[in-house]
Amino acid sequence: MFKKTYILFGIAILLQTIVFGQTSKDMLHIQGGSYIPLYGRDSVLVTVNDFFMDKLPVTNEQYVDFVKQYPKWQKSNVKRLFADEMYLRNWKNDTILNSTEHLKSPITYVSWFAASKYCECQGKRLPTVDEWEYVAMADEELADARVKKTYNEKILSWYEAPRTNTYEVGRNPENFWGIKDLHGLVWEWTSDFNSILITGESRKDVDKDTNLFCGSAAVGATDLMNYAAFMRYAFRGSITARYNIKNLGFRCVQDMPFE
Amino acid sequence: MKTKQYFLTSCFNWRQAFIAFAFITLTTCSNKDKKEQIEAVDIPVSHEMLAELTAPPHVPTPVGRRKAKKLIVDMEILEEEGEMTNGVSYVYWTFGGSVPGSFIRTRVGDEVEFHLKNHPDNKLPHNIDLHAVNGPGGGAESSFVAPGHEKVFSFKVLNPGLFVYHCATAPVGMHIANGMYGLILVEPEGGLPLVDKEYYLMQGDFYTKGAHGERGLQAFDMQKAIDEKADYVVFNGKVGALTGDNAITANVGETVRLFVGNGGPNLVSSFHVIGEIFDKVHVEGGDLINTNVQTTLIPAGGAAIVEFKVEVPGTFIMVDHSIFRAFNKGALGMLKVEGEEDKKIYSGELRDDIYLPEGGGIQTMPEGDNVVEEAPLQSLEEQLERGKQAYMQTCFACHQSEGQGIPSAFPPLANSDFLNADVNRAIGVVLNGLTGEITVNGETYNSVMTRQSLSPSEIANVLTYVYNSWGNSKKVVTTEMVEKVRNQK
Repeated sequence: MFKKTYILFGIAILLQTIVFGQTSKDMLHIQGGSYIPLYGRDSVLVTVNDFFMDKLPVTNEQYVDFVKQYPKWQKSNVKRLFADEMYLRNWKNDTILNSTEHLKSPITYVSWFAASKYCECQGKRLPTVDEWEYVAMADEELADARVKKTYNEKILSWYEAPRTNTYEVGRNPENFWGIKDLHGLVWEWTSDFNSILITGESRKDVDKDTNLFCGSAAVGATDLMNYAAFMRYAFRGSITARYNIKNLGFRCVQDMPFE
Repeated sequence: MKTKQYFLTSCFNWRQAFIAFAFITLTTCSNKDKKEQIEAVDIPVSHEMLAELTAPPHVPTPVGRRKAKKLIVDMEILEEEGEMTNGVSYVYWTFGGSVPGSFIRTRVGDEVEFHLKNHPDNKLPHNIDLHAVNGPGGGAESSFVAPGHEKVFSFKVLNPGLFVYHCATAPVGMHIANGMYGLILVEPEGGLPLVDKEYYLMQGDFYTKGAHGERGLQAFDMQKAIDEKADYVVFNGKVGALTGDNAITANVGETVRLFVGNGGPNLVSSFHVIGEIFDKVHVEGGDLINTNVQTTLIPAGGAAIVEFKVEVPGTFIMVDHSIFRAFNKGALGMLKVEGEEDKKIYSGELRDDIYLPEGGGIQTMPEGDNVVEEAPLQSLEEQLERGKQAYMQTCFACHQSEGQGIPSAFPPLANSDFLNADVNRAIGVVLNGLTGEITVNGETYNSVMTRQSLSPSEIANVLTYVYNSWGNSKKVVTTEMVEKVRNQK
């Protein structure tokens, strides 16, 4: 009896070290704070708590390991409800990529369901839009670089450059938090990606949806110059959870453990 | 007509006859009005048909007398790099792979089933707002499509006219500025009157990080777009899309119809064809027809149909008559007309006389060859730059972009033994022209090069450029050398 408890305890400690050992290496601590996002809930301050974020987007290699461990998420086994026909389209078969793809490139052609499950299986979760945008508004020097002209220009130039999804992860410089590649490789899934359309009925809410079109787009935004953010929000508004897109990947985050 | 005569002659009472006649006329009129109103919405569609889509400057076949149909429009969105002008490239976002996007031709009563496909390689979501649609967002909401997806929506075409379509995804201005616009024509029942030639052109303004002409891949500049300071104002997406070999053509006596749109995003076009008067303009693309128009205003996000008969041969320049846009920013196209001259309509130059006002004043005549001095050259780079410009304007047509020439017609300048052998001979050729047989790199050419109207400094620049390109001997030619050769003659 005593022995069993010790063993369990040992396993728990081991797990803890594995999980958080990994945390210190591949995940970085993001200190919470508050900011006004582009589509704030009526342009009010949004507060973000402390959390850990993956330094890099999830790679093809990591996803190969995942589907080997969880065959349910292999290309031929996945439920159509959770991922449409485009799921892992650039894979040769269930566990091998096409020869044109690189193992160190970010995983794309994954649905929101798949991305969520991946994070869940690592004891993590997808970031919220607020969390993602909070970290993504940093450049190399400032936690909030949105006022800088160069910040917006750099991001816009990526949005215009074709086929960046084939680059390997880690090619862009670390931002203020030490996080890489939030801009410059692929779009990333967020847990509540369709919440910009705000109310509970989200996508059904036509009035809010029109905010992304024509005239109302500009007057609805809190930061007129943040055109790059417009494009991200527009992108998120155009997708649904079972879509798999060539330029869309993800990374995971983790809450702070209770002290 | 026969029945009416019969009716009139068989009647005794003229007054009654008149009233009856008036009644008939009135009722037919009101019938017609009512019929048209009902028509647009209630016109039945017979068959399904795949719409013909064309890239500018071409337009699909006229609808003619065809019945209203269910028209399938299949349009693909592509984000791709293209050439803005020599040496300058730009990432265009396009409907159907061209700027402006594919031309759509419909008739009143058609039911259009629109398939909007966003290519998987694209980065961004897009949609389409067609000004010909009666419905929220002009289709924008229903067509909002992520990369690698296809959206389908349909609409009934109710109003005849020429309409703009464009992308309306945030940030809208940027999507339009990158080339996401085009035209959709809605012809009335029975179609527009047939003409000899129809073409499609559309103006657009572009905003690049670098100044006009700065080489390399140029990114979109949001600040310039907001300030409305365009680097390029062009027809059909690029400088020179309608000039030189790309010019549109017609023959003397033909009637030309231009479907002219303006995608913007910012500038309003003062569309004008130099040396032509528009016989007919469908003002703003609608029903109103104005005649004998010199310049027609086309608002951003608007269009016009202009028609004119070409009476004499020649090259007619199409411009935005906000004229610096035409000659400095690219808003210039050409219509080449071939056929017999008609001296009665246009004589050409008849005489060149000296004009001396009575009483005489102090006359200073320009002296022979004196050309306005250019600013002095700072460096070899600058000389090469100017030389290249002169080359592209004067020599390019025959000797080609890489100096390769055209086999058995125009000798090559690249790696040319004839050129490198004697610099003074080369200067002489540009100054005085060259006729007769020569041998260049072992090939024999027997052709004519006319003397070129270049100033000595321009000749020095262009020859220096040629000598410093394509594997030639890297000589530097100075103005003095050119002067020396000229004075020998």
